[in-house]
Amino acid sequence: MHEMGITQSLLNIALDHAQRANATRINGLTIVVGELSSVVDDSVQFYWDFISQGTIAEKATLNFKRIPAAARCTDCGHTAPLDRETYACPACGSGSLAIVAGEEFFLESIDVDLAASSPAPEQKETSHA
Amino acid sequence: MPEIEVVEDIMSVNDRLAAQMQSQMNAAGVLSLNIMASPGGGKTSITRRTIEALKDDLRIGYMDGDVVEIDAQHIAKLGVPTTLINTGGDCHLDANKVSLALPRMDLSALDLLVIENVGNLICPAAWKIGAHVNVVIASVPEGSDKPYKYPAMFRGAHVLILNKIDLLPYIDFDLDYFRHGVEVLNPGVEFFPVSAKTGEGFDVWIDWLCAQVETKKAAVSS
Repeated sequence: MHEMGITQSLLNIALDHAQRANATRINGLTIVVGELSSVVDDSVQFYWDFISQGTIAEKATLNFKRIPAAARCTDCGHTAPLDRETYACPACGSGSLAIVAGEEFFLESIDVDLAASSPAPEQKETSHA
Repeated sequence: MPEIEVVEDIMSVNDRLAAQMQSQMNAAGVLSLNIMASPGGGKTSITRRTIEALKDDLRIGYMDGDVVEIDAQHIAKLGVPTTLINTGGDCHLDANKVSLALPRMDLSALDLLVIENVGNLICPAAWKIGAHVNVVIASVPEGSDKPYKYPAMFRGAHVLILNKIDLLPYIDFDLDYFRHGVEVLNPGVEFFPVSAKTGEGFDVWIDWLCAQVETKKAAVSS
């Protein structure tokens, strides 16, 4: 259960970026999570509901973009989802693989309400106004 | 509603603090190890044997991430400075916890700092603690499928020690399957099969470690 600390970091980063943009409310966060990063969405959601209380991110929706683990075969060049039981290439059977996706773990974007007087971020509409 | 692009690594605050501690250790010429394994994998046994083999030649310190001082007391008997990083039941060490305990170690009086993480193959993998070398210990009784079940841990290892090899004749451990899993995740990782019970394999590991300590020291004096 390392999600508690992770969720706290997530909140801090979101609040920091919201403050810089002069946002009054965070409605949603988009988080990119690779399959190999061993982060459990449900646990992050559980801690989020708890630690975001009383902040401008309270009740924000967490959207998780799951990235499956993928590997490229260094023998035949085929890229495919990683077979987690064999770590072998599904096309040629080779065991010479290089992991090419699945380790992502970052906050991609936040969806916010801006203070009425603040300028909108570039090229984004302010539909709430 | 406007969307603000962030694209920030969620571990970035932790990682920055870890990098600061690593610079501090670099400046002092201290090599540090982050020892990770399942509970019972042999973290303390391997640490003890390693310290016994090196304590006359190197100045070694030991930090233990745990809730009780049992392991720290074992190591303290060897006559090296030890400190407990009380994890309060947490499943891993993080940069912050280590940074609170690090001032209790006199880095100027050390060549090697061994940091024993919490017994767990999942959580410690996500948290950098400033150590130079991630030492992951797997052990024969745990089975050969560990690299397939806990990829992040094996992917982040700089050194992989396979412990309890004295049990290989008695346990169905598929060494080829194990090594294949490791090789896919972490090609060319340093691999040392050992037995902390019999001492088999320790010479090679100790020689490798000594060379790393020398390199770290040389980097400061040059």
